[in-house]
Amino acid sequence: MWALRGLRNGVVTTRWPTRPDEYAAGTRGPAEVRAGPAEAGAGPDPERLCPANAIIAAGRELRVDQGRCIQCGRCVAARPDVFAWSQGPDQAAVTRAGLVVPAAETPESLAAVTGGLRERTRALRRSVHLRHVDAGSDGSEEWEILALLNPVYDIHRLGMFFTASPRHADILLVTGAGARGMAGPLRETYDAMPHPKVVVAVGTDAVSGGVVSPSYATAGGIGDVVPVDLWLPGSPPSPFAILAALLRALDRLAGPGWPGWPGGPAGARSEVPAAGGDR
Amino acid sequence: MTPAADHELAPDIPALRDAVASEVAGGRRLADLFGTARGGGLLLTARLAGPGTITALEAVLPAGEPGYPALTPLVGAAFWYERELHDLFGVVPAGHPRLEPLVLPARVADVPRPGAAGGPERIDPDARVLPRHAVGPGLFTIPHGPVRSGVVESIEYLVETPGEDIPHLNMRLFYKHRGIEKRLEGLPPADGVLLAERAEGVASVAHAIAYCQAVEAIGGTQAPWRAALVRTLHAELERVACHLDVMLRLADGAGLAVATARFGWHKERVLRLTDQLSGSRFGRGVVVAGGVSAAPRLAPADVLAAVQEIDQHVSSDLRLLLGTASFLDRLRRTGPLPPARATAHGALGPVGRASGAVDDVRQSRPYAAYGSLGLAVSSRADGDALARLEVRADEVATAFHLIRQAADELAEAGAGPLRTDCEPADGRAAGWAEAPHGELLYDVRVEGGVVSRCRIRPASFHNLVLMHEVFAGDILTDFPFIEASFGVSVAGAAR
Repeated sequence: MWALRGLRNGVVTTRWPTRPDEYAAGTRGPAEVRAGPAEAGAGPDPERLCPANAIIAAGRELRVDQGRCIQCGRCVAARPDVFAWSQGPDQAAVTRAGLVVPAAETPESLAAVTGGLRERTRALRRSVHLRHVDAGSDGSEEWEILALLNPVYDIHRLGMFFTASPRHADILLVTGAGARGMAGPLRETYDAMPHPKVVVAVGTDAVSGGVVSPSYATAGGIGDVVPVDLWLPGSPPSPFAILAALLRALDRLAGPGWPGWPGGPAGARSEVPAAGGDR
Repeated sequence: MTPAADHELAPDIPALRDAVASEVAGGRRLADLFGTARGGGLLLTARLAGPGTITALEAVLPAGEPGYPALTPLVGAAFWYERELHDLFGVVPAGHPRLEPLVLPARVADVPRPGAAGGPERIDPDARVLPRHAVGPGLFTIPHGPVRSGVVESIEYLVETPGEDIPHLNMRLFYKHRGIEKRLEGLPPADGVLLAERAEGVASVAHAIAYCQAVEAIGGTQAPWRAALVRTLHAELERVACHLDVMLRLADGAGLAVATARFGWHKERVLRLTDQLSGSRFGRGVVVAGGVSAAPRLAPADVLAAVQEIDQHVSSDLRLLLGTASFLDRLRRTGPLPPARATAHGALGPVGRASGAVDDVRQSRPYAAYGSLGLAVSSRADGDALARLEVRADEVATAFHLIRQAADELAEAGAGPLRTDCEPADGRAAGWAEAPHGELLYDVRVEGGVVSRCRIRPASFHNLVLMHEVFAGDILTDFPFIEASFGVSVAGAAR
């Protein structure tokens, strides 16, 4: 009976990133500063809007630390002339500083980091095993990671699988604000993984501790416990954002600012075939 | 949304203890027990709930007193609450049967404790609390966690077993304790909701509602009718998503690949509908003190159409699931919680209702728009994993019904206000909601314009301790079903 039921509603799986996906393109990312000069005195002081201290002002220059943004939307609601939501799933950065937008990083320094990451992940490309560790999340990040297994995202089509043992894992997805009780188990999991290995900090809590830190029980993100290769903000990040971060780690996603890939809209193009494993 | 009724102050702790014991013997249930640092001493608050009522009994433990006679020997439901008190405040409930660390991986000798004023800035795990339990001949302990297979939250189950049976199970929550209650202290009341939404991320809406109702009660306001409808709409969508998550885990445990995929797809559509309505897949940012932040971004007619389709698919798949013999065999008589135990402990939510403990706050102490909408509370008496699934199946159907009613009412309500001014005021009030996991309680105290204490009691914390008791006759392979059927959020339990 279940076999028939499985056929009832046809294919519900996205073809992203090979084909555009409307929901992926509309993914709401962290806040960002609108391009163009802000008009002074048009509303509340932008610096004071953020309850998570994600807005940084240096003179007349405004920046948003997306690694602290919890997507509460207060800045966008109060000063729509200055702040806007970033759009699309491609939200991860290869350095923590890269999440402070507009970015201050030079293409050269970025190229060195991404080049190193690409070297490490070259061997993994078409068969990738993921391990997840919760280091003090609020529970929603687990739902969004788990969603990658549902038929809508179905990451098996991209050659990615979750594994129970860290000994078989290539990529470690870490969620949570770095609860002190999880520092030891997280470190042990990382140490048990074979080389080459990649660590993705999934969510604003994992990146910076978000609003949960500072606290006697959390470390303000997981960056002090394990070396992070990819920083993905979001409270929580959507499944498409997590998927995009994984493809970024594997150098399988096209996008501006990614050396080796000529420009083009973020996340819209890729060399990944629709059905995985053609090579 | 009645403000917290009376806070009755007992002369001393033994008087409080006797009063709580006699109330519980008289049929009320212990809903919460927590401490508040007060001028070097400790204010102990016990919350007791009966049909349609909730009251607080309090007493002060003077500064310098190291402990008090434990309540647990008289009222078993206080078991974890007193361990938590011990962890956070360092007080010793004398006569407590098992005073081990629960939410903090540290020993009580390491004072000062975080609950008290001027607590430490960081607490590192103490290796001495980590050794395994040594048990009798032929028995061994399987440490299951905190890093477990699959994408799950961190918790450690110490399964003491001779091979197949599980005579004893122990749980350690402290791995992911985040100190949320303490973090709320010092925040402006309007910012506290951001923490409340993250105390138990999969029940963000319920937490925001309970917190904001407490803040509104302090400010002497009430959310407008339209806001109450929007809150109800989101709270019920959240309930559907949480219950679908339990169904998907149960189906996954039984190896039903198609059912797992189907329920995963349904859950994804519910989250996307929430996203379309609010801009967040978890409804975050919707509920604010005084009302809601914005009107739903979908017209009521579109909500109705979307819900109609999901409802049809879910109910048809549930019929098939509850007729799949190989699946039912795994759930029937698995993890039984006897109704007498459920009532004595005051088990909450679907776990309680599957064992005949029928208190549903939406009905007994209505809030948001529930008082004006038709609501049928479902219950069972079997108390096994199957009964818990059946209760959730009924609740999904009821939730869809409530969503339709709320959407209809919203269409009729036209363009009324969505938010009233909620001026920050000093005071103290309780707030509550029936979260997907069960009754959720907040106790918020505002002093000098900032939150000075915010107690959060999710149902997950209250219910999880019952997992100690439900393994009678069950074996290791039943574990995933029992865990999934409890549907506990570890983030909420450990906070």
